Amino acid sequence: MAKSKKSSSVNLVQRPIKKWAPLFILPTFAAFLIGFVWPFIQGIYLSFCNFNIPTDAKWVGLDNYAKVFKDAGFLNAFWNTAAFAVVSIILINVLAFFIAYALTQKMRGANIFRTVFFMPNLIGGVVLGYIWSMIFDGILKNYATYLTANPTYGFWGLVILVAWQQIGYMMIIYIAGLQAVPEDMLEAARIDGATGSQTLFRVIIPNVMPSITTCTFLTLTNSFKMFDQNMALTGGMPSIMENGAKINATELLALNIFSTYNISKNYHGVAQAKAVIFFILVAVLAITQQYMTRSKEVQQ
Amino acid sequence: MKKLIALLLALVMALSLVACGATEEPAADAPAADAPAAEAPAADAATGSVYYLNFKPEADAAWQELAAQYTAETGVPVKVVTAAGGEYSSTLNAEMAKDSAPTLFQCGNMAGLKDWDEYCLDLTGTDFAAELTTDAFNLYNADGALKCVGYCYECFGIITNIELLEKAGYTVADITDFASLKAVAEDITARSAELGFSAFSSAGLDSSSSWRFSGHLANMPLFYEFRDDGVTEAPATITGAYLDNYRNIWDLYINNSTCTGAELNGKTGDNSKADFTEGKAVFYQNGSWEYAGLIEAGMDAAKLTMLPIYCGVEGEADAGLCSGTENCWAVNAKASEADQKATLDFMTWVVTSDAGTTMMAEQFGPIPFKAAKTPENVFFAAANDLTAAGKYVVTWAFNHTPNVDSWRATVVTALAAYSADPTDANWEAVETAFVDGWAYEYSVVNG
Repeated sequence: MAKSKKSSSVNLVQRPIKKWAPLFILPTFAAFLIGFVWPFIQGIYLSFCNFNIPTDAKWVGLDNYAKVFKDAGFLNAFWNTAAFAVVSIILINVLAFFIAYALTQKMRGANIFRTVFFMPNLIGGVVLGYIWSMIFDGILKNYATYLTANPTYGFWGLVILVAWQQIGYMMIIYIAGLQAVPEDMLEAARIDGATGSQTLFRVIIPNVMPSITTCTFLTLTNSFKMFDQNMALTGGMPSIMENGAKINATELLALNIFSTYNISKNYHGVAQAKAVIFFILVAVLAITQQYMTRSKEVQQ
Repeated sequence: MKKLIALLLALVMALSLVACGATEEPAADAPAADAPAAEAPAADAATGSVYYLNFKPEADAAWQELAAQYTAETGVPVKVVTAAGGEYSSTLNAEMAKDSAPTLFQCGNMAGLKDWDEYCLDLTGTDFAAELTTDAFNLYNADGALKCVGYCYECFGIITNIELLEKAGYTVADITDFASLKAVAEDITARSAELGFSAFSSAGLDSSSSWRFSGHLANMPLFYEFRDDGVTEAPATITGAYLDNYRNIWDLYINNSTCTGAELNGKTGDNSKADFTEGKAVFYQNGSWEYAGLIEAGMDAAKLTMLPIYCGVEGEADAGLCSGTENCWAVNAKASEADQKATLDFMTWVVTSDAGTTMMAEQFGPIPFKAAKTPENVFFAAANDLTAAGKYVVTWAFNHTPNVDSWRATVVTALAAYSADPTDANWEAVETAFVDGWAYEYSVVNG
């Protein structure tokens, strides 16, 4: 009796939701179609075209894609981005995790530290890029050099900037994960005589795997999509002639796509083709990463 | 609990609807607020309307005022939208795709004309073209049709503070070629502690300033090479025959400056201008467009002039200033006929009416039209004096540069490395960036 009463009240709520759901979803769905799905499809179409403005596109088949793979600058930007992603994913996640770990221990001023570490995330990428370029140039001036003198400076400069910006954000996610580790598990580990590192690797980390999944996903996609900071910090400089071709030594993929578009109208489609390749690349990487870290998550 | 969630969800949806409504409101309001556009349908059939996409932010206020005056006099709606230099091409791309595309836009060089040729109306034989006094600044397409009209021109060289130069014991007349420029600059450097100023303002290589050297100063070796070779359109390769001269003048800039060569990479355009306006430097390489800014910064027009850039080329005592333009108007060939006519009428009015020519003289200096007014800008006076004295005009050879921003970035990288450490090996990198970079960019654009 009690059971049937409960299910009828659920029906009372759920039936109208089911009935009216499409109506409520409609505005968002329309916005999604107009603002995402349609431009996305048009973008793929334009990657096979030569166009100045989207309305006068002419079909050219795979020409644009052929040009992409002949472009030394694009391949250079790809390797830069890959190296940047590896370094920043490791650095940001390791540091964010340990700061989160430290700040979940009982210590004075933990809340203030959390706020302070989170704050860099509130500043826009372009602003950060310009500010950090002044900081780096100010330091390097003492050694009679400058940020864009050497691609290595630019690369590590970008890593430092992005780590500084994103560690606070990832830290918040890790703090939430760490606070959700069941106290009784930790207590059981203590009673069983587990060492600090055993507790960390056998109890805490498996329990925060969902946070690790989220944070590696965010840092991976952020590093691949990195644009503002790259443009404002070095703008891809130094530009070097190498074996008869030109590369922008600190340029990442997104910036390379952007500058390709501006070469001439014959390159609008090439930039579009690069963007399509870029999308496939990021999608494949993100899905693989999700699959790999998800499989390590434990059920509590 | 579920009830609560359902309620919350409904609330969120309702709110998002309100939010959508709110964002739509201003959009719906916009045409109504834009009075000329609202009247347009009525005026359209008879007179058409003008939409000018301007690329000089400093002239925006003057254009808006002039447009309002034209509308008041003739009833023809004129809309002026300004997109700054860096944003211009992306704005133009976006605006051209719209139904109400610009009817009048900028198309500054041959590369631009190649991209926009089919959007440029043939201006041959129009009343507007009949007002021109020279053909020197116009652009023609491959078929020889007049597509873009240079409506003003600019000149650049070495802006000089006559007062400081005299304090150092020299006059403008003492500087007639590279040797005399070098002697004056090095003497000022030797006595800079005593004089309290340097010869040249910082030749900054920050992106806000580097175009003065990768673009304008690089015009010197390009101009002389193209003059020797009789080049009239963008060449696939260059030889860099005059790069030693480029090095001469660049060495002079970095060795007789307000700062060290290693500091140059971070110096901005504002730094350099401040060096000059604050009396810390006698010379400042820049162009006629700086005039208003210098006067605004408190400089006295009577104490300013512009010298030609000398770099040690034979016969350069006869050189004048570097004059040319990237300010060319094109009329949208895909606009309606009424709009095209309205636009041409507006352009003619701008270069013939009292209000129009006054504004043009104030904002753009001398304009190549019959009714032009004489500008007060002393740099153009200097240019005219030099031309009148029989000196040759150094034209803007850099307008031929392929993939210009990319080519310049490579040159700037090499220049910055050389400035920090001026060795022959580092200069070779500048030559590579110049010559090989040109060939590479040409192949990218035309390949």
